[in-house]
Amino acid sequence: MSPVIKKKGEKFTIPSKYLLFILTCLCTVLMGLTFGTDIFNRPLNTAVGYVVVPFQQGISKVGSWLSSRKDELIQIRQLLEENVQLQQQVDDLLVENTLLQQEKAELSRLRELYQLDNQYDEYHKVGARIIARDSGNWYSAFVIDKGENDGLAIDMNVIASGGLVGRISEIGPNWARVTSIIADNSNVSAKTLNSSDTMIVSGDLQAMQDGVIRFGQLIDSQDGVAVGDKVVTSHISDKYLPNILIGTIHTINRDSNNLTKSGYLTPAVDFEHLEEVLVITDMKWEMEDA
Amino acid sequence: MLRKIILAVMILFCFLLQTTIFRSLAFAGIVPNLLIVLTSAFGFMRGEREGLWVGFFAGLLCDIFFGDILGFHALIYMYIGFLNGKFCRIFYPEDIKLPIALITVSDLSYGMICYVLLFLLRGRLDFLFYLKAVILPEAVYTIVVTCLLYPLVLFVNNRLEGFERKRAKKFV
Repeated sequence: MSPVIKKKGEKFTIPSKYLLFILTCLCTVLMGLTFGTDIFNRPLNTAVGYVVVPFQQGISKVGSWLSSRKDELIQIRQLLEENVQLQQQVDDLLVENTLLQQEKAELSRLRELYQLDNQYDEYHKVGARIIARDSGNWYSAFVIDKGENDGLAIDMNVIASGGLVGRISEIGPNWARVTSIIADNSNVSAKTLNSSDTMIVSGDLQAMQDGVIRFGQLIDSQDGVAVGDKVVTSHISDKYLPNILIGTIHTINRDSNNLTKSGYLTPAVDFEHLEEVLVITDMKWEMEDA
Repeated sequence: MLRKIILAVMILFCFLLQTTIFRSLAFAGIVPNLLIVLTSAFGFMRGEREGLWVGFFAGLLCDIFFGDILGFHALIYMYIGFLNGKFCRIFYPEDIKLPIALITVSDLSYGMICYVLLFLLRGRLDFLFYLKAVILPEAVYTIVVTCLLYPLVLFVNNRLEGFERKRAKKFV
């Protein structure tokens, strides 16, 4: 007898193995559809944006309040000692600052002379707070509390404390997911600041544990790249803006093919203790049009 | 209806805990997998059908926020819920050994599936590293959290079942 037969007076239900089969098909279709397109993203992202994100904002506010109270208690004593030292440092720096200001005036004069424009300062930035982190342990993405309503869009670059954090990979009305450059599924085209040798910086879970990022395909025939060199985003990428600091070279090795080099970078950003980030609202393609 | 609402609230609650509070309590960057605990608990407490639905929606929530494609986690969680439902017949609320064993196996197999599909297929062959760095710590942490979370889930389920029995009696 078929299990789907309806008995009198009983509510009709599909046996769970058929239900499993139907949902499996549904998932497979969804995966196939969302692999190439993003047709479901808008309605789903909007829906969860209004249900989940307010809670995440609330909880992370409470969480950061709690953890900052905890830190305060620990740090009070250290701070008192530090305060004395810092006061002295302030005096020193004040002197230094006046000197630097004079030099800055000189620099801007020279810049005008050379017609160099400092793009880094000219990017428009929006501050955002991290409200949730990846639910699994495999990748390191996080959610910020600003979205389309605040003028953000997919592929905008995210920075913190002067270094590149990642880019927006998914967006809802009041939230956005940032895929960080240390995540195992991310690659960034980069170059060294000194010699403009290009390389690919790719996130790696294994390297992440040691607090470094892997890089490879560095063509450096003149052996000009050394440990400690600054690495910034290159002009090649269509998503990352040029000249954003990624980190400094930590180790460098020649590959077995004797043509390219690879190694590890120390990132400029402390990914473990990120709380606030800046989103650059200028897009690469906009800049090229202008 | 009441059961559906409570289940939805519990999934949401676990997801929120996992992405916010537990992230700041994480040891060595590893968070326990509360959604697995919930999925397999409802699987072996209530049977295949409920495990399957809880898993599906828990996975879908992960996919929307953190997945590249929709349906990947939904599929894994759904099968975990369904397979846990096979043990519904030998489940007794007083017994703690079966739930702990099932949740551990569920979390380990979730880790394995993720490793194979997300990492091995991209040529990351160092299985031992991933086992030591992610899969095992996550399983251990999940078991610890299970000891706290599972009695709560069991309590909620018992209350729900009691409520449903009472209402069924009223109808007769």
